[in-house]
Amino acid sequence: MAEPAKEVQKKEAETPEKGELTRARRIFSPAVDIIERKDDIVVVADIPGVDDKTIDITLEKNVLTLYGRVEADIPEKHTLCLSEYGIGDYQRVFTLTDEVNREKIEATVKNGVLTILLPKAEIVKTKKISVRAGA
Amino acid sequence: MLWSDLEKLGRFWDPWREFERMQRSLSGRTFSSSAEFPLVNVWTSGDEAIFTTEIPGVDPKSIDISVVGKTVTIRGSRYPENLSEGASYHRRERWTGQFTKSVEMPFSIEASKVEAKFSRGVLRITAPRAEAEKPKKIAVKSD
Repeated sequence: MAEPAKEVQKKEAETPEKGELTRARRIFSPAVDIIERKDDIVVVADIPGVDDKTIDITLEKNVLTLYGRVEADIPEKHTLCLSEYGIGDYQRVFTLTDEVNREKIEATVKNGVLTILLPKAEIVKTKKISVRAGA
Repeated sequence: MLWSDLEKLGRFWDPWREFERMQRSLSGRTFSSSAEFPLVNVWTSGDEAIFTTEIPGVDPKSIDISVVGKTVTIRGSRYPENLSEGASYHRRERWTGQFTKSVEMPFSIEASKVEAKFSRGVLRITAPRAEAEKPKKIAVKSD
């Protein structure tokens, strides 16, 4: 690589404004890509250590919350001699607009990457405004 | 800090900043603030080292691991999805591209016995210590 290596750091999620968590663990904010396609919106999140059994996606009113629980796989009888990243859960919250069809949201997890498909509602898909020529 | 020091610093002394500074110096002990991608944790015991790294979305077949002496090197890549026509990114935070990372272990590695497992986006390499370097137990004789 010609360019100097970029330093990276796992981003910790902001502390919730109200109250505290019942479990004492670190929570990270996963990196996310949001892609808008013709018929849907795709949310892709990096959640290493989480699989389909430990991911929790909830939709309450307009708020889509993803929470991934990580079972820390710490080797026994070993001592940590280099630690560059912390292990903890993942949480991120998104606000949806009315253009999403809530009934048909789908999600898949593969190799630590979560993909959420948010199909667009029918009304939004065919929104065409005709312009009349002024007199 | 002595209270008399406060006068020297005058109005520029901010107790909150002081508190944050202390917190940073404490947390720096367990987690280094930043490092080169991908981030790595290494655990060791007397006869093996365990190396873990978070590289979600990488094809396990494309991960290349090489061991020379004490150094473990991993290489891999992840490419962005090909967008169909009319698609666009609203937000783009995930990394893409190729990466290489070398980590030196505290002892020489038995290269033929290295095992690697990739599950849920986490790569875990178990590297046994070279036979010649294993610590020897010395029995103490008594009369």
